[in-house]
Amino acid sequence: MAAPQPKLDPLAARLEGLSLPKGAAWATDAREAALGRLTAMGLPTKRDEYWKYTDPSSLTQAGAPKATLFDTGEAPLFDAVDRLKLVFVDGVFDAALSDSFDLEGVEIEQISDAMSHDIHWAKDVYGVLEADGQNPVERPLAALNTAFAAEGVAIRVTGDVSKPINFVYLHRNETSDAMLHHVIRVEKDAKLTLLENGPAAARFSKSMEVDIADGAEFHHVRAQGRDHERRASTHIFTRLGERSVFKSFTLTVNGVLTRNEAVIDIRGDNAVAHIAGAALGDGATGDFHHDDTVFITHDAQHCESRQVFKKVLRNGATGVFQGKILVKPDAQKTDGYQLSQSLLLDDDSIFQAKPELEIYADDVVCSHGSTTGAIDEEALFYLRSRGVPEGPATDLLVLAFLAEAIDEIEDESLREDILARLEGWLERHGS
Amino acid sequence: MLEIKNLHVSLEEEDKEILKGVDLTVEAGKVHAIMGPNGSGKSTLSYVLSGKDGYEVTAGEAMMGGEDLLDMEAEERAAAGLFLAFQYPVEIPGVGNMTFLRTAVNSQRKARGEEEMSAAEFLKVIRAKAKTLKIDADMLKRPVNVGFSGGEKKRNEILQMAMLEPTMCILDETDSGLDVDAMKLVAEGVNALRDEGRGFLVITHYQRLLDHIKPDVVHIMANGRIVKTGGPELALEVEQNGYADILAEVA
Repeated sequence: MAAPQPKLDPLAARLEGLSLPKGAAWATDAREAALGRLTAMGLPTKRDEYWKYTDPSSLTQAGAPKATLFDTGEAPLFDAVDRLKLVFVDGVFDAALSDSFDLEGVEIEQISDAMSHDIHWAKDVYGVLEADGQNPVERPLAALNTAFAAEGVAIRVTGDVSKPINFVYLHRNETSDAMLHHVIRVEKDAKLTLLENGPAAARFSKSMEVDIADGAEFHHVRAQGRDHERRASTHIFTRLGERSVFKSFTLTVNGVLTRNEAVIDIRGDNAVAHIAGAALGDGATGDFHHDDTVFITHDAQHCESRQVFKKVLRNGATGVFQGKILVKPDAQKTDGYQLSQSLLLDDDSIFQAKPELEIYADDVVCSHGSTTGAIDEEALFYLRSRGVPEGPATDLLVLAFLAEAIDEIEDESLREDILARLEGWLERHGS
Repeated sequence: MLEIKNLHVSLEEEDKEILKGVDLTVEAGKVHAIMGPNGSGKSTLSYVLSGKDGYEVTAGEAMMGGEDLLDMEAEERAAAGLFLAFQYPVEIPGVGNMTFLRTAVNSQRKARGEEEMSAAEFLKVIRAKAKTLKIDADMLKRPVNVGFSGGEKKRNEILQMAMLEPTMCILDETDSGLDVDAMKLVAEGVNALRDEGRGFLVITHYQRLLDHIKPDVVHIMANGRIVKTGGPELALEVEQNGYADILAEVA
């Protein structure tokens, strides 16, 4: 009988073959510090409080599980938008497919270039917002990303940029295991719209740190989707200055596992942070598990935060929402709103929600609501009695359910693009 | 137009018979009224005819234009020309009234193999019809029936009827919750649709609606059956003496 193999430590197994990318001394310091955080925390397991509803094992295992490519036949999203396009194929920047970095009011560099300079603004952002965001809830997958991501871009915005920047994430290799890390700084009174779309990789780890200065605005519209077997763990860490604006919307369709974490730190008075998401899952076309985990800290006065998350689940799809609003003692006049709702189209689907409010200031307005429901049978009959068949009537009610989240997209043409995507999905997954 | 024979209907959930042999024929071009006390089965009849779930037909038949209504889905009945104006119109948050109506009109056209109405044409037609019912642009834009007053909801039902141009219209207590002015407006909307090719079945508690929508035939329904049929004078009799006399007479 052969002696049993010594069991490899899960973290060591995950890190096998990875090495810290080379860079300037500060960059190496940032990455080593992140590796230190990761080693101290260890990888997440289902026993961790914030992973109770989502099994992280396929995100922490050594290799990426295979994800077959799925062609919907649709034109690529945002194709009709006048934008600056930056393309990543399986997590690797593709200069040939991308537009030139020249755009007035913005400096764009690959992260590897930015981190090779001894003096660079990215030093104050890279790994800094992520490290801040590790407390009070640990986010080991974000530390892993900070330590090892070799790809991504650094964007510094100094003016009102005339067109959006679009990260396009192409997925071509069925076993790609991609890691991207972007750092963005929107300087005082500057303004940027960022678009993201594409399935990215078989397994995608993406972290984005966004530093928004006083009076600056950051608008974000993202569509993750397509490939049924893809997996993604994404993080947005943002820090808001006075009178600044952060608005983010995410559409998620398909995907065996998606975990989107957002850590929003409101530091300046009179700032506004909105984050919204619409997710559609159909277990008939493959397992679907979608998890939105949001943590908003109010540490300034007269600020507003708003969370609107909607999920449509059928045929055994699972949705998770974990949202927290923390209002610190001095954050008076805070206006916090949190809504998470799911529409379950059958008895097999599951929605789990954990809304949390922790408030230490005494002059605030915070409200939250979480509901799970089925299609309104009365409304369905009303529509059918007017001649609308059951399938299209259900779709109309699904779109109506999602409307409050979709309406968070301020730009009308972007909203139309997202709606067209939604309608395409509903057509493919007809009731 | 509509031919109901010996219709027996029970609630699916509980073994309770609501309709106990309804016989009723509505000819094209005619307005029939059904009156009756609470719980007589009037609304159940309207729901069963329009295809709502939860009812079981245990005997009898309902034909419309030679087709078996009871064999069709709710949307197929609508496309075949049946329309029910709801007693309690349903609120649908998130769906614009205009989108709803255009989807309905074009779904029916599609089902009948007709060409769909273009957005421009639809807008032209609905604006004209909305105007006569005093429905403003704001009501057309708002979500279906959300925040509408009782009168606005009923006017919205009649607008849908005008847009869908059904051949058989059932009005379920359309007068409930309406003041005199609103009732007149609704009645005018209905009267404008009276036509040789169209049948009406007006369900009501009270005679007053029938002052405005003059019926050709009046039926009294009680305990799940039509117990008496007559001309418009029957409605006046109910108004004066209540149902007790009639029910005693047929008992």
